[in-house]
This record gives sequence, C-alpha cells and structure tokens, in this order.
Amino acid sequence: MIDAILRFFYMGGYAWYVWSAYTCVFAFLLMQWFLPWRRWQKYLREQQQPKS
Amino acid sequence: MWFINSLLSPKKFFGLSSKLIPWLTALFILSFAYGIIGGLILAPADYQQGDGFRIIYVHAPCAFLSLFIYAVMAIAAIAGIVWRLKLAFLVMRHSTTVGAGFTLLALITGSLWGKPMWGTWWLWDARLTSELILLFLYIGIILFQSAVAQKRQGERITAILVLIGFIDIPIIHYSVYWWNTLHQGATLKVFAPSAIESSMLYPLLAMIAAFLIYYVIVLFLRMSYELTALQANHHWLKEQK
Repeated sequence: MIDAILRFFYMGGYAWYVWSAYTCVFAFLLMQWFLPWRRWQKYLREQQQPKS
Repeated sequence: MWFINSLLSPKKFFGLSSKLIPWLTALFILSFAYGIIGGLILAPADYQQGDGFRIIYVHAPCAFLSLFIYAVMAIAAIAGIVWRLKLAFLVMRHSTTVGAGFTLLALITGSLWGKPMWGTWWLWDARLTSELILLFLYIGIILFQSAVAQKRQGERITAILVLIGFIDIPIIHYSVYWWNTLHQGATLKVFAPSAIESSMLYPLLAMIAAFLIYYVIVLFLRMSYELTALQANHHWLKEQK
C-alpha cells in the first residue's frame, strides 16, 4: 500500500515536473475563485448589516 | 437583444448568477474530480513519455482556455461595437485577466513538460512563440484598460485592439501545421478520431469541461460584483438573505 502511494508520488521519475505543473494550476484556480468570492461576501455582509 | 440588455439590471443579473453558480460549482467539482482521478490514477502511463505525459491534463485545458477566452473577447468586442451592448464590454473586461492567467499557465506547464521531454525549458518554436505573443496581447489589453481615462471611448478602443489581436489565434492553432515545430500536433480533433486512447481521452475532456465551467463561474462572480457594487444603487440587496 505504502509502496503504491510512493510510486504514485514518484510519477516514474517525473515527480518534480508533474507536481510543479499541478501546483501552479491549482494555486491559480484557487486564487482566481477565492478573491472575487471574498470580495462579494464582504460586500454582501456590509449591505445586509443595519446601519446604526 | 432586449433579453441581453435586461440582464444588465443588477437585480436580474444577481438573481441569475445566484441561481446558476451553485449548479455550475457542482458541475465543476464533478468534472474536475473525474478529470483528476482519471488523469493521475486511472489513465495508463504513456509508452514513450511515461508518467510525464500527465501534465497534459492541466496543460491542454489551460492552452485551450487561453484561446477560447480570447475568442469570447473578440465576439464580445464585435457585439460591443456593433450593438453597443454594455454587457459585452463587461464580458470583455473581466475575461482579460482570467485569459492572461491561463495563457501564463499554459506557458509554465508547457515549459515543465518540455524540459524532461525536449531537454529544454524554452525554444523559439512557432507554437510557443505565438502563445507568448498572446500573453503579451493580454497584458497590453490589461494595461490599456487600466490606463484609459474616458471609460466609454476606452471600451471601444479596447474592443478594436482585441479584434486586431485576434489574428494571433488562428496562427497559434495552425502553427504546428504551417511550420516544422517540436510541439506535437493537435491531440483532440473535431472532425476526425482523436489521436489519444479513450482511457486517456475522457479525463482530458472532463478537465477541459471543468476549466470552461470555472471560467463561467469566475466571470459571473466578477461581473455581478461590478454591476452590483460598483455601478448600481442597491437597496434591494438588503432584502436578500
């Protein structure tokens, strides 16, 4: 089992290239989604709070 | 045309995007999960490139989106110039940064794939060079958008700039046929059988679908924010839960 997991992460010797490519893409996808989403949520909170 | 114009109402656009985004997110998660599991685990290693070929599951969707988003921007530019649709200019403006991001990612992941397969990070190959020009086009459009003072005039000039830059899109697509390049030819073909085995093909199609849905979600989020927060008087928002 552990061997299979290690083999998976080793990617036949291409681990550095494969995981770097996936990390760059995941980071971009997360950032592009999270930033507008957070801006939206902040704005909605501000609008729905009763003004004192 | 009245339907498209009616979407510009912040309230209508907010309603539409609030209804669509959860469904699109569910679709994105499903196709992304299938694509990742299929691409990283289920698909067999390539007989020549071994497991290194698995970069295709992020590289090809990024490269596809970089061209697709520019094509969407060009269509929006035509709609904006001809029919003066404000929504078209919004689509154009908010697609630019996403498109630039995917183009940069296509170049980075391509470089990470090229090093072990071709022995070099970069070469002035027709496909790579034309894709780099596309990145410069995106950056130029972003800089121009942020520099213009008069918004209405600026949008029309940006649209013309986008249309002039569109010449690069067929060049990128056909570069592998017009010139001798190290880059492989198209893996996916619309009118002919694809040059890839089905266990490798379906996860790739799922990843492309996931990235397309992702683009729509991000576009909706950005456009709703601009329409609602930056342009509108929004008393109705206080009634939303």
